[in-house]
Amino acid sequence: MKVRFLASGDRALVVEFGDRIERALSNDVLRLDASLRSSRLPGVVETVPTFRSLMVHYDPVATTCADLERAIASLLDRRPDPRATTILWRVPVCYEGSFAPDLGDVANRTGLAPGEVVALHSAPRYHVYMLGFLPGFPYMGDLPHELALPRRADPRLRVPAGSVSIATTLTAIYPYESPGGWHLIGVTPIRLFDPARSRPALLAPGDNVQFEPIDPASFASIRKAVDSGKYEVANEPISR
Amino acid sequence: MSAGLQVLAPGLHTTVQDLGRPGYQAIGVPVSGALDGFSLRLANALVGNPPGTPVLEVLMSGPTFEVAAETARVALAGVGASLAVGAEKMPAGAWQSVTLPRGKVIEVVVGRQSASCYLAVEGGIAVPLTLGSASTYVRAAIGGLDGRALRRGDFMPLAMAGASHRAELRLSSPIVATGDQPIRVVLGPQQEYFTEEAVAAFLGAEFRISQSADRMGMRLDGPFLQHRRSWDIVSDAIVTGAIQVPGSGQPILLLADHQTTGGYPKIATVISADLPVVGRRRPGDTLRFAAVTVETAEELCRAEERRLAEFVAALEPVPASHTVDVASLYSGNLISGVVSGLE
Repeated sequence: MKVRFLASGDRALVVEFGDRIERALSNDVLRLDASLRSSRLPGVVETVPTFRSLMVHYDPVATTCADLERAIASLLDRRPDPRATTILWRVPVCYEGSFAPDLGDVANRTGLAPGEVVALHSAPRYHVYMLGFLPGFPYMGDLPHELALPRRADPRLRVPAGSVSIATTLTAIYPYESPGGWHLIGVTPIRLFDPARSRPALLAPGDNVQFEPIDPASFASIRKAVDSGKYEVANEPISR
Repeated sequence: MSAGLQVLAPGLHTTVQDLGRPGYQAIGVPVSGALDGFSLRLANALVGNPPGTPVLEVLMSGPTFEVAAETARVALAGVGASLAVGAEKMPAGAWQSVTLPRGKVIEVVVGRQSASCYLAVEGGIAVPLTLGSASTYVRAAIGGLDGRALRRGDFMPLAMAGASHRAELRLSSPIVATGDQPIRVVLGPQQEYFTEEAVAAFLGAEFRISQSADRMGMRLDGPFLQHRRSWDIVSDAIVTGAIQVPGSGQPILLLADHQTTGGYPKIATVISADLPVVGRRRPGDTLRFAAVTVETAEELCRAEERRLAEFVAALEPVPASHTVDVASLYSGNLISGVVSGLE
């Protein structure tokens, strides 16, 4: 699919690569995002990568949509950097008891045993496609196809902070208590967003995440360490 | 003793706001900031502050404060808004600065012409910055006073213990009325998701702002806007002013605290020059839309910046006879001047 430039008012330009949730599209979006960040075009305020497009926010006092379009078109021809690396985060999740209110329902609807749901969910290295909905809320994929379910018919008014959830082909973590319609299959004791940290959101678009099942006792001790600022989420650099 | 404003009554939804928190939308943090950035910057100019100094944004119904500082120079910016000063509730107009002594009680009166107004204090509201901004984002409890709207009994700390010694300032020409002008939009980015009839209805019909309106956005009642096929798109990023249309066919105009991403097609986007106008509209008000090109919208944005700079450059001292004490501000000619000077 050809790249499309779509104006979104007079302060944002959308560079659209396609209309699907797909790793190849996401890689195109993230590659352009990296090029734009390093090229520091005048008038660009910030960029927002999503599944299939990049929004470029600009200041119309300093540049124009037409100038930006030309500058971005020339960046699109750049080849990917073969040395590019990303971070793999190992996120602890308790999938047991009251931490997993929808696990039984998900097992019923997928015809799997609860233990199989947990094993399937914690096996892949997920790609962080984008953040949105709430500060630090990561949209990650792709789920093993056996776990793909539509959103709940009746969204909850209160999803607890830290809830690990699945819907469609994706998995996500709620950084804050909020309304939500995804299936809740676990809770992580770590904090996904803290504006006081130098890196406020733990996860960035393009990062990788693997979930590590923990029991309620480990949950309690990790939560205690998180609260006293003594917990580091395990991570390692990996090639893209 | 620290300087501040003691909150005697909080108003409906009074928050600390500045020009917002750009730079963090990629990690899901909305820009926030004033709904009417034009008035925020004028309020700051009237008390001698830099344009993005934190002020109080007042929505729909106004708070009451007691001055808990040596003196405090304040200015209210808002179409149709005014201050009621002291136990006798003497009216003082918007668009000019006034210096109040310790213990003086002021009530912000929003009026019926605008949903929002801005109270600036010389030196600014002294709250810590979060991610570079004082703007309150209630949903994630970020910024402002503990990340929330004001409550009775709060103490709003001020950066200056007392007002500087200089003349009070006022606008030299009135803010031009915007009453019935259509809100200008750039169509898209997803107008192709709608039938031609829906786009024509969007541009031709009148919409009414429903009661579901807050700093995240306003639902608009009007003709059903028919999607061509699906109303579900793969989520993409949203800019302030975007008008998304979910399956109900009723548009939602997204404002400063909107989510950074969303999965509904956007039929059009309000141009940045008209965002302050939208920020002044109240539930029950009607809106009409008119399409312009991106190039025109960019030129209108630059023109609006020049217009603001002209207002600031033309601020004039309030005549000395009106600045002897607060009571002298209530002279009849000034009050009538204020009323006729507004929309």
